[in-house]
Amino acid sequence: MTIKSRPVYGTLTPQAGTSHLLIADAEGAAAILDLAKKAPAGFFASAEIMYFPGSEDRHHVDALKALAPQKFYEGPSFAAALPRLRQILEEAHMGLRLYVAGTEVLISQVELAANAVGVDHRAIQAEHRGSLARRVQCVHCKGITENVTTQPYTCSHCGLLLLVRDHYSRRIGAFQGVCINAEDPTEIPEKEEIFR
Amino acid sequence: MGINFKQETFRDDYTFRNSPEQIRRFPFPFHEDGYMYSVNIEPHVPTRKNSVFEHLFDVDEHYVSEMRDRAIVLAEDPLRCQSLPHMTLAGWDTLELLMTEKAASYPDLFTLTRDGDKWHWINRPLGIDDHFTFGDTATLPYSPLEYITRQSQGDFAVCDQRENNLWMDAGMVTTQADWSLDFDIGMNFFEWHAPVPLAHEMGVFTRALKFLTSIQQGQPARRLNWTMTINPRLDTSPENFHKWGTDRATVTPENVGQKVHLRVEVQMFFRLPRSNAILFPIRCYLISMDELTTSPKWARRFHRVLRDLPNELAEYKGLVRYRPTVVEWLSKRDDGAPTSPGFGPD
Repeated sequence: MTIKSRPVYGTLTPQAGTSHLLIADAEGAAAILDLAKKAPAGFFASAEIMYFPGSEDRHHVDALKALAPQKFYEGPSFAAALPRLRQILEEAHMGLRLYVAGTEVLISQVELAANAVGVDHRAIQAEHRGSLARRVQCVHCKGITENVTTQPYTCSHCGLLLLVRDHYSRRIGAFQGVCINAEDPTEIPEKEEIFR
Repeated sequence: MGINFKQETFRDDYTFRNSPEQIRRFPFPFHEDGYMYSVNIEPHVPTRKNSVFEHLFDVDEHYVSEMRDRAIVLAEDPLRCQSLPHMTLAGWDTLELLMTEKAASYPDLFTLTRDGDKWHWINRPLGIDDHFTFGDTATLPYSPLEYITRQSQGDFAVCDQRENNLWMDAGMVTTQADWSLDFDIGMNFFEWHAPVPLAHEMGVFTRALKFLTSIQQGQPARRLNWTMTINPRLDTSPENFHKWGTDRATVTPENVGQKVHLRVEVQMFFRLPRSNAILFPIRCYLISMDELTTSPKWARRFHRVLRDLPNELAEYKGLVRYRPTVVEWLSKRDDGAPTSPGFGPD
């Protein structure tokens, strides 16, 4: 079933622009490689790729480098790359095109960073690849837990056992987590690994 | 008219009660012996005397205590009142609408004097007497939206209209049926209704949005919605669900009459003049099962509605745990006689 508040992601497609910033994590690299097959000659000469391989095999790194982008950055995590990304966005000129591919967690965070400098999410090409892990905000304490793969999950801030609701806020870049055993705290449902 | 404002609580010792007159004017939401979603929107025009629709904005015996409860919620959680930066004008529109309507409907309680943009507002039940400059936020103790909705019963969502959609971009939400303004702010009409089962597939929201985006100034509309609440608690927010959720497990055959409440929302829709926003007040009325069943017709009808409610709706409204106990209690107050058409108590 579709979730009405959840973004619908597309397929990365080369856009007309003076420069291109492509951001991906893990399996998202494959979306950039697919885009490259459709890209016009010279596309990557004005492109920067930011990639977070995570525990992925190194072969994606080599394949992305082989596209010969103007700049290639490999980082350990999105959080580590955020200052760099902010600088790029703040100094960007008209004509920069943004692309993001990979986990929903990455997409939401890139959209938030872009939004902070006035870039609407509709101006961003986004493609979902790889893990279905979710970024979830606890509705009770407002703390955000990254990479949630189980239903329910334990809030990493306040410790409540939370149901991940199929309700997504683009402004927060997260799903909503609501206490699953509020009616009877002695009921402890099993955690199931469902967002893989 | 002389409303007798009650001193009562909606938390802790729960001293909230309805007077017999307030029970008679309760906005019972079922016009037949069953319930399913419908758009059910009608013009919001002042109607019967001594009904909650006598004025555009109803002030009742719970006013002063409800405003005290709102202040408690806001002190604990200021995120219950928010406004995105482009919504300040809509806040002034809201303030103007509420002040002019309240002063016109209840001249003994509220007085508004305007000299150009120099306004003087007197709210006698809450002991407020303020001078301010309309349009200048610095002359009020709060933002215009927060200022006036701290003095108005019910929640208020303020929706910006653009791209043929409504965007929940501001609000005051402290008496909500399990939705979070802090989470939903900035969402469009379909997004903030995402968790509602069945209705999307029925096309309810598409039709409702079409209607709402075409509402004209001076032609407000309203609809009723309902759920149930254990104990007369106004703040049934998701934020505090881990605190009030256990109440749902406390219903027994002996305490149904006092503990279980029908919660009715009168939802209204006003076009605002300067901002072109839609003001969406959501006024909550509570009535205990003991109070409700003082009307034999309401007792029969609510029994049949609750008994036959589809499971998805019972689940969404959070009634699953106690529904059988309440249906059993109500069944003893339903002799099977036919009920008359219409909402009234007979």
